[in-house]
Amino acid sequence: MGTSVFYFVATLSVIFSLMVIFSKNPVHSVLYLIVTFFTFTVHYILLNAQFLAVVNFIVYMGAIMVLFLFVLMLLNLNKDNEPLKSNLVKIVGVIAGCCLVVTLVGALKATAISDPVVLRNPNLGLVKNLGKELFGPFMLPFELCSILLLSAMVGAILLTKKEKA
Amino acid sequence: MDIAFVIEKSVLVSIIFGISLLIAMYSTYAERKVAAFLQDRLGPDRAGPFGMFQPLADGLKMFMKEEIVPANASKWLFMVGPGLAMLTACIGTAVIPWGSPITIGDRIIPLQVTDINVGLLYIFGVVSLGVYGVMIGGWASNNKYSLLSAIRAASQNISYEIAMGLSIIALLLVTGSMSLKEIVETQHGWRWNVLYQPLGFVLFMICAFAETNRAPFDLPECETELIGGYHTEYSSMKLGFYLFAEYINMFVSAAVMATLYFGGYNYPGMDWVLANTGPVIGPLIGTAVFFIKIFAFIFFFMWVRWTIPRFRYDQLMHLGWKVLIPLAIANIVVTAVVIAVIEGF
Repeated sequence: MGTSVFYFVATLSVIFSLMVIFSKNPVHSVLYLIVTFFTFTVHYILLNAQFLAVVNFIVYMGAIMVLFLFVLMLLNLNKDNEPLKSNLVKIVGVIAGCCLVVTLVGALKATAISDPVVLRNPNLGLVKNLGKELFGPFMLPFELCSILLLSAMVGAILLTKKEKA
Repeated sequence: MDIAFVIEKSVLVSIIFGISLLIAMYSTYAERKVAAFLQDRLGPDRAGPFGMFQPLADGLKMFMKEEIVPANASKWLFMVGPGLAMLTACIGTAVIPWGSPITIGDRIIPLQVTDINVGLLYIFGVVSLGVYGVMIGGWASNNKYSLLSAIRAASQNISYEIAMGLSIIALLLVTGSMSLKEIVETQHGWRWNVLYQPLGFVLFMICAFAETNRAPFDLPECETELIGGYHTEYSSMKLGFYLFAEYINMFVSAAVMATLYFGGYNYPGMDWVLANTGPVIGPLIGTAVFFIKIFAFIFFFMWVRWTIPRFRYDQLMHLGWKVLIPLAIANIVVTAVVIAVIEGF
């Protein structure tokens, strides 16, 4: 049951990720990306990580993608006003894509199926256990991350402020 | 998963869905009556006694109207918009505990569809998803006014979500749980959270008004500036869905506020009532009390709408970012310090 649900949702993830790339309209791309994130939420639930699932739901689907959609709607991109790309960019793109394919194929050839990972505590993903881990053994890295985010926020605000002449 | 469990849950889900729709339907009637009362008019009084069948007449009218899709609209998304608005409005009720468990024979039936341990975050997630219906509909209409309205809705929702989340954090410090069932049970009798978190409640309520796009925060459907707002191009039942979703949202947020801050199905003297009325009637009285609280909140929503004029857009942003967020952060700090002092660090 669990495995078949996983394969079903994984297929959906792959399909919708491809749709993100292949759809012509940028707004449609963002909408497909939202659906892709939703399938990720389902993956987290299958892994019994409820907190991560709901945070993924709120932060990625509910906040970040709203901002993406917001910006794209304001820009109102469509085929008529899309800037023409020069041939040089296209050639560079093809070369970069080929390099990526070679790397991916090489990496796939080198992989072997690892032993299944067994968690010591299968309920690690529930809020209570996750909180105890984060504020217990991982206190310092957790606090450092929050300082990093804070400095990024302050930096972003500083960049938007125009200097007074 | 036995068959009785499935039947029990399906019956519960259908009842809750039916009640949400019924309450949303009669909220439209109540809104017109309340507006009439506040403006010294009579309100709808032709369809049936006291105009009781007015919502049915309105619904029939919506169904009979011609369906129009603008020529350059994105047809698929134009259809998805109202559907998504309706869906996100309805799924919020899944984690709300409607009453204490009923015991029939030796079977205990909880009056809650599901008790996940991140229930509060689930509500928050559903709220943050709610804006997509408006955004997609507004963009797909291919109309400048609809697009402007969709963008207003998005920025308004994002701004007020922050203050809402911060006010919830202070509540979590008090209750110590994210499961809505446990939050309700800690408020047994008269120990309602509003007594411990008065500022948090006011902040949460203001944000709830903003998230449901109700006046004075109904900037996305500001008809003096935007014709009709995001549903300018909509007609027939699609428009009906948008309007209806607003009333379901109002019902859900009233239920959430009653659950989080006003004790849900708890009321003073409930132990005595529970002991004297038996295992079925007792919990149902609690549910009735819960619904009285919900109706009081819905009335409050309407009262505010017909009393306070709409904000200007810069005032809205000023209130959200420069007043509510600092207040919410101060509330968290004070709550945390008080709890630390009481529990002796």
